[in-house]
Amino acid sequence: MTTTHVEVRPGAYADSVTLLRVSRTAQQLDGVVAAQVAMATPLNVDVLTGMGFAVPAGTGANDLVVALRLTGDDALPAAVAGVDRALAEANRPAPGGGEGGTVAPPRTTATALDRAPGSVVLVSVPGPHATVEAMDALDAGSDVMIFSDNVPVEQEVALKRAAAERSLLVMGPDCGTAVLGGLGLGFANTVELGPVGIVAASGTGCQQVMALLDHAGVGVHTALGVGGRDLSAPVGGLATREALRRLDADPAVELIVLVSKPPAAEVAEEIDGVVASLATPVEYALLGPGRPDLTAATEAVLARLGRPVPDWPVHGAARPAAGGHRLRGLFVGGTLATEAAQVAGAEAAGSGHTFVDFGDDDWTRGRAHPMIDPTVRLEHLAAALADPETAVVLLDLVLGHGAEPDPAAVLAPAITGARTPVVVSVVGTAADPQGLTAQIDALVAAGAEVHLSHARATRRALALLPADATIGAAR
Amino acid sequence: MTVPPLVSTGTDLLADAAADQAVPVTRVDWRPPMDGTAADLATVATDPLRRAANERALAAMLDVTATLVDVAPASEVLGLAPGEFLHAGPPITWERASGPLRGALMGGAVLEGLVTDPEDAVALFASGSAVSLEPCHHRGAVGPMAGVVTPGMWMFVIEDAATGRRTCCSLNEGLGKVLRYGAYGPEVIERLRWMGDVLGPLLRGAVRARRDAGEPVDVTGVLTQMLQMGDEAHNRNRAGTLMLLRDLGPDLVATAAAAGVPSSDVAAALRFVGGNDHFFLNLAMPACKLALDAARDVEGSTMVVAMARNGTDFGIQVSGTGDEWFTGPAQLADGLFLGDYGPDDANPDIGDSAITETAGIGGFAMATAPAIVRFVGGTVPDALATTRRMREITLGESRRWTVPVLEFAGVPSGIDVTRVCRTGILPQINTGMAGRVAGVGQVGAGLVTPPAGIFPQALARLAERTVLRRGAAA
Repeated sequence: MTTTHVEVRPGAYADSVTLLRVSRTAQQLDGVVAAQVAMATPLNVDVLTGMGFAVPAGTGANDLVVALRLTGDDALPAAVAGVDRALAEANRPAPGGGEGGTVAPPRTTATALDRAPGSVVLVSVPGPHATVEAMDALDAGSDVMIFSDNVPVEQEVALKRAAAERSLLVMGPDCGTAVLGGLGLGFANTVELGPVGIVAASGTGCQQVMALLDHAGVGVHTALGVGGRDLSAPVGGLATREALRRLDADPAVELIVLVSKPPAAEVAEEIDGVVASLATPVEYALLGPGRPDLTAATEAVLARLGRPVPDWPVHGAARPAAGGHRLRGLFVGGTLATEAAQVAGAEAAGSGHTFVDFGDDDWTRGRAHPMIDPTVRLEHLAAALADPETAVVLLDLVLGHGAEPDPAAVLAPAITGARTPVVVSVVGTAADPQGLTAQIDALVAAGAEVHLSHARATRRALALLPADATIGAAR
Repeated sequence: MTVPPLVSTGTDLLADAAADQAVPVTRVDWRPPMDGTAADLATVATDPLRRAANERALAAMLDVTATLVDVAPASEVLGLAPGEFLHAGPPITWERASGPLRGALMGGAVLEGLVTDPEDAVALFASGSAVSLEPCHHRGAVGPMAGVVTPGMWMFVIEDAATGRRTCCSLNEGLGKVLRYGAYGPEVIERLRWMGDVLGPLLRGAVRARRDAGEPVDVTGVLTQMLQMGDEAHNRNRAGTLMLLRDLGPDLVATAAAAGVPSSDVAAALRFVGGNDHFFLNLAMPACKLALDAARDVEGSTMVVAMARNGTDFGIQVSGTGDEWFTGPAQLADGLFLGDYGPDDANPDIGDSAITETAGIGGFAMATAPAIVRFVGGTVPDALATTRRMREITLGESRRWTVPVLEFAGVPSGIDVTRVCRTGILPQINTGMAGRVAGVGQVGAGLVTPPAGIFPQALARLAERTVLRRGAAA
């Protein structure tokens, strides 16, 4: 047997939304079958009447009505107390109210640039999503570095065309390194500010040059990455042209170094045209068959600046190979893999030597770059060391911002006690967060021979091969 | 070159590396886009027309000033003929129509004298021979909830002074048992007849007097003010309604006296308008449509120009895809119920009133009307967060419509299909809830979002057009 309770509270006011909420709370109280707490407007009186509540005559729009249908009279005190509590609750400001609430982080690059206009943008989302974020940057008038790989080339072309129209720079896709006014982006070594500006289609190539220049006491003012495909025919050097113009316009840049694979023939001509139009001299460091390696190119830069070429340091000494015939090059740097293969020369092709780039798109689809996650290379390293065919192992270790905090700590145990000689080129500077000396020491303690020049390291590895192995360009 | 601040979108490690170098870093909370949209998003992002098209569409919308220039029957304003019925949302047939839309159509048939007993209208609409259904949006109109317009209903007429373009909307009936919520009882019909016989002509006198004096009611201007007064102009129109009464009252009294209208009618009209907190909604809606129509048909633009529901389907139209509707199932609102009603009594989302959110007010301006957030048991910070969140999916902000509590930031304006697909953030709509069964009327009010799937649909069409254009240019 249910009972009803209708109570009029003259002069008590709450807005209709609050009261809907209070009504809902009241409906959930123990012993309550139905509840309506409302101002007695004509509409609400109709609703109450429709629910079977008798609203006393003379009740008006400024009166609060508490109408309850209960399972029995004994439920009344608790129900009324519950309504009072809900009314008090509803009128109390929420904690933190009036302070404006917290601002959620931006969900898109566009929103981030609304909040921090004029920022440079670094995009490192998975490749299929990178173009959209990068276009946000261009739409807001910002330069963008696309660290992501696996970006379709037609999207790269579209981005760079849009950027060219707006005199903006798209660094990448697959741009691993940039230094902007001393700020290292992506994988970047800590270098002193200096007279050199670098335009690089190759991240680790750029890092190698920066590291060697640093050792020679020459600083780098700016390093602009353009992505490995920029000088290919489809892309046509769109970003390289903008980057060259930027560096030329900067009075602090005395010499520009262009680090790349050799451009496609039709692109080379255009780039030569741009270079000829610049006031700042340009030194090419183009890796390719029959061309100087990056160490030689760096030496040419030093000569052009009138600076002495230092001895490129070597630490530790590898034992000659005890057996096997193959050089196993396992790299995290794509350009370092290319350079090693080139130093080994054309004859290496038939020799069974291997030069694997674990930073290549094929290895990084769905996983992090090996400079961040070394797992895959470590697996292949263990296999190479266990393989009796392996005569020498050649590795790179890249330091700098963005790379693992202590890569030698992971690599050293993997090579400790190996009967196979291991040569490592460490690409880094004294000021890098990992500490160049500590990294070298750990590797040397593990039995490795460590070079700063990757070309030298490669030649040394080739020299360690048994006499009957094809040594190619090591002559 | 100086060191710029950095925005980092993606790996935290790279953001950390920059932050370690003492550079201010803004981190994007990036998440993958809606399923299956990545390729279309890239295609549309690299459409050479997109950026300028969106700028043009947004500017066109924001530049419109809507004035109230007339009040007249739909037969005059829209050339609506007997048997022609308009309704809210995308196109729909009687067979698929929901309870509240059917109820409103039945009531409309009684109002037009096509039937005497509303139940007889069922056969009339089922046969379809003497009647036709068409969306309000197809005729330059908008209608709240069921949005049924018949030739005899009186309409507000809104004009863009710069171009002479017009939109219109019926007069608001108030809350409770009303036609737009699907009620069709005698009291509903009686009220509508009074609105046609008394209220409409009185409003016309006042509106025309203002217009002819060169001072038509500036609806856009009233919206600017009401947003500063706690209205978000969808579920809360109290300040706007009172300002309208202020603006029209004197002329209404004067023109009525000149026409010999009894003062009791004048009093009834003023009481009706003043007592209906939602009266201004029917001016906010056509003003929003007028602004959004200016943004239509810009090739390459990804801006939403209409969101509308017919009680069965939720549809959007996009500037760069013409008049095509992208539709999905209308959702149930999350909110509070009147009296004994509960979720089982509610009809799915209905009405053209989401045109307010499309224009950046309503749910998008939640921060300026914090009381509304309590519909879902939220808090004031929730209201602020909602408006900020909507800024994630819009192309820009209004210059005129601002939110004081957000340091007078403009309301988020111009919903971008691509941003919805990228973030998964759906437009937040404040809405009333109609009863599922024809004839019931309003059962509650709350918050609702569109079905997510319609945004990837629209995106796919935009991508398709981009590719076709690229092919034609090549």
